[in-house]
Amino acid sequence: MTDVDVPDEILYTAEHEWIRVNGNTATLGITDYAQDALGEVTFVELPAVDADVVQGEEFAVVESLKAASDIYAPVSGTVIEVNALLEEEPNRVNESPYHDGWLCKLADVPDADLAELLSPDQYRALLKTESS
Amino acid sequence: MKLIFEKGAPGRTGASVPECDVPVEHDLPNSLIRSEDAALPEVSELEVVRHFTELSRRNFGVDCGFYPLGSCTMKYNPKMAEAVGDYDGFRELHPLLPQLPGGETLTQGALRVIHELERHLCEITGMARFTMQPLAGSHGELTGIMLIAAFHRAHGDKKTTIIVPDSAHGTNPASAAIGGFKVVPVPSDENGFMGLDAFRDALDDRVAAVMLTCPNTLGLFNPHVKEIADLTHEAGGLMYYDGANLNAILGKSRPGDLGFDVVHLNLHKTFGTPHGGGGPGAGPVGVAEHLVEYLPISTVEKEPDNTYRLRYDNKRTIGYIAPFYGNFAVLVRAYAYILALGREGLIEVAEHAVLNANYVLARLRDYYEVPFGEQCMHECVLSAVRKNDVSALDIAKGLIDRGFHPPTVYFPLIVKEAMMIEPTETESKETLDAFCDAMIELARLAESDPEALRRAPVNAPVTRIDEYGAARELDLALL
Amino acid sequence: MSYVPHTDAERREMLETIGASSIADLFSVIPSALRTDVDDPDGSTPFFDLPPGRSEMAVRNRLREFADANATDVVTFLGGGFYDHFIPSAVDALAGRSEFYTAYTPYQAEMSQGFLQAMYEYQSAVCRLTGLEVANASLYDGGTGLYEAMMMAARVTRRSKVVIDGCVSPIYRKMIESYVRELDIELETIEPAINRTDRVRLLDALDDQTAAVIFQNPNFFGVVDDFSDLVEAAHNSGALAVASVYPISLGLLKSPGEMGFDIVTGEGQSLGLPLSFGGPYLGFMAAKKKHVRKMPGRIIGAARDTEGRRGFVMTLQAREQHIRREKATSNICSNEALCALRAVIYLSLLGKHGLKQVATTCAATARYARRRLTGIPGVELLSDAPTFNEFAVRLPVDDTAEVVAPLLKHGIAAGFPLGAYFPSLRDCLLVAVTEKRTRAEIDKLADELEAAL
Repeated sequence: MTDVDVPDEILYTAEHEWIRVNGNTATLGITDYAQDALGEVTFVELPAVDADVVQGEEFAVVESLKAASDIYAPVSGTVIEVNALLEEEPNRVNESPYHDGWLCKLADVPDADLAELLSPDQYRALLKTESS
Repeated sequence: MKLIFEKGAPGRTGASVPECDVPVEHDLPNSLIRSEDAALPEVSELEVVRHFTELSRRNFGVDCGFYPLGSCTMKYNPKMAEAVGDYDGFRELHPLLPQLPGGETLTQGALRVIHELERHLCEITGMARFTMQPLAGSHGELTGIMLIAAFHRAHGDKKTTIIVPDSAHGTNPASAAIGGFKVVPVPSDENGFMGLDAFRDALDDRVAAVMLTCPNTLGLFNPHVKEIADLTHEAGGLMYYDGANLNAILGKSRPGDLGFDVVHLNLHKTFGTPHGGGGPGAGPVGVAEHLVEYLPISTVEKEPDNTYRLRYDNKRTIGYIAPFYGNFAVLVRAYAYILALGREGLIEVAEHAVLNANYVLARLRDYYEVPFGEQCMHECVLSAVRKNDVSALDIAKGLIDRGFHPPTVYFPLIVKEAMMIEPTETESKETLDAFCDAMIELARLAESDPEALRRAPVNAPVTRIDEYGAARELDLALL
Repeated sequence: MSYVPHTDAERREMLETIGASSIADLFSVIPSALRTDVDDPDGSTPFFDLPPGRSEMAVRNRLREFADANATDVVTFLGGGFYDHFIPSAVDALAGRSEFYTAYTPYQAEMSQGFLQAMYEYQSAVCRLTGLEVANASLYDGGTGLYEAMMMAARVTRRSKVVIDGCVSPIYRKMIESYVRELDIELETIEPAINRTDRVRLLDALDDQTAAVIFQNPNFFGVVDDFSDLVEAAHNSGALAVASVYPISLGLLKSPGEMGFDIVTGEGQSLGLPLSFGGPYLGFMAAKKKHVRKMPGRIIGAARDTEGRRGFVMTLQAREQHIRREKATSNICSNEALCALRAVIYLSLLGKHGLKQVATTCAATARYARRRLTGIPGVELLSDAPTFNEFAVRLPVDDTAEVVAPLLKHGIAAGFPLGAYFPSLRDCLLVAVTEKRTRAEIDKLADELEAAL
């Protein structure tokens, strides 16, 4: 697991999701570790724009040949944009998990939710214990 | 190879439709008639015969060669059972006939088959009664879960969870969830069994049932099974037996005596009926005495005058789970199989199924990692893990080139690169030796020329198919 | 006869390789108190008892005796969703090839191209017949298929109320009632208006919680309808429209695709499967492509191999129980592949023209039967609604059992007494014909019925 990419500027969850906070909005995706474990992604089911997602509830599904992974919302918020690119090219999740492969953007994310997330160092430590 | 839709010519037909000896006209209004005829093939009978004969030659069954697909019990399907299943007196019988006034007398033979098969299955498993209706193993599981739910409901207990070991078949948690329960998975211990401590932690008064496969999917018989049953019963839960692996203990031990309350069998596994390329199977469900009153409608009863009738008034029945009496033509075959083998024959089945699996395990253990156990029951699980990245899939494809159907791969999920080998009792020592030789050759090839393995198969009608492309393109029909 | 090939010498050699002294050693893990193969005179351990094995001839004789104890010479006018159609010899000959029937689920695609291609062709045939875009590789039967369609609609809409037309087979409705007993599904049944859909009450039942509206065409009473208006109404309330259809009728009748249905299922027994006292049968299912990921069951897809040749594989497996476990779209594991194979062989033999001919013959024969039966004084149709191969008549009796029983003694199964499922229709009989019923048989039915009344 030495070559798993864990960028510094974003936050993580123990369920291998990442969140990039930019002012009032948060962008969500799955981590490099998660995409590697899933294998080549064949389909991504995303929430509707304007939908309210609730922390801890399932809001998206990422499917590969060998697995279907329900993605649980790491934070609550309102969906303001989804990554339409994934409809045609779901494997962007594999190729670029932190950039082109983002899943959706949320607004109105409570600060309290953000406080529960993992820092890059905490997530790296988690990966280390999981791989050992 | 072309599709049947890509053959033939407009206007051609392979049909010989019975003569219509009444005026050929209907009185349906045009608004109810389809605007265009359904675009079915336009081919001659010979074209159809050649097409499907060629397809059959591009397919591999037990009659073609060794098929050690773990957990599927791909034993020989006796031709005798096919012959009796096709007797006109069974084949031409309308299922509504016994429901007509006076109709039961016209179906006594069929009802008797169902009744006698039920009695035999009760004796073999130690259960009080069976329903023959479930149409497959997973359908039997769902029926079992419904029986369990009805039992607890009738006793005023609100049970919400079902315990399933992590080595279980995927159908177990799926059936429990579809039956309305929350699934509590319990991890396996270092011996490959459901961990007793973890089980005790998971067991509480919300548990409706514990679903076990015994021997389990690693081919291991859990010596603590009775203890698990006792603990479950004390906590107010019921024990569910997934009969996928009954072949291992046929005539040797009975789920009923082990403490199970509900049992499903796979007649297409244990009792020699063909798997049909994925079905039809049959998944009868047996229950202990305290669950009999919940069995689905209908049951076959033998009257004091030795006639048979259908009973529809089971007191606390879960209702209808199938339209009629189960996959009857499969039941006939299984009944014929049990008659042919008899008591001693069934014991021989288990003995040789276990002998064959242990022989394969003994011959391969120096070449592949064996994650659990010194001995196994009817199947053994090996791991294809090695230093380079040759996978279980590569070994499987190499076997195809050597004329063998591969074992089940990537299951159970708790073993990395799992290969689950179930030889069954009907395979001879020569066949097992040839298979083991091929497996050993492949283990060597995995080290010496992994690239060659990754190209396999090269001797099949097609090479590896782009499964990713299939999932992306979703070309599911020629419209 | 246990079909075990081992000789004593081989058993010894194998045990030696294993390092066990006897076969009994291999079973030592089972506590002896739980063993059934040892005869224990004091009865403290369980013992199982079955008759000794028999020769093949003895087994065949016994089963022949049982088969002969069933009536095979009854002229049947029974239907109710299960029909006595003619099966061409080639269906048995081809589906009887053991390369097919001794195989299992095509986990190894390269070794299973024959079945996989046949299932792709089956899916294509189901789509062409129903007018929908995708089909699965079959379910257990029409009843479980309808239940699966209902659950699929609930998944797609994320709603839990289901409106079911009371004209749907009561057998299927009872099955669905059993399956939803422990589930969070609210089932509302709309009682029939005599023998057709009560449109007013059905429209009234639709609301913004409705997941699915379920119809059957032709309905249980044999009545043919065009549900386009009700499908549109279902869509307007955000529900999916589900139909259970009789595939032979689609040789003639407006397809469910043309009516706009979202999910279509049905019993495929009529497509080359013998009646076999209730099974095995064939549940088929087709749907709009946008819902395919919520579909249950095996689905076969076409793709290319590494050499660029067309090949077939099981696809979208991430929906299924072996991967998704408790979150799978269904617990179904296998399918009815051999039955689906029979269906695609049957549909290929009949083809575009033959299926239409069979359907037309059924409708024409039914028309003749309707005229003959309603020509009997006191016998009338339940309503003037159009029917296909099956229709309900009202007889001048209190209970149709009075005439069904004596006719059965004369070798005629006159039809199904509707009172079994509809107490208000105790004087009504559901009569079905197929292309196998002749004018002479129908005349005999009419004459005997008239005599019995």
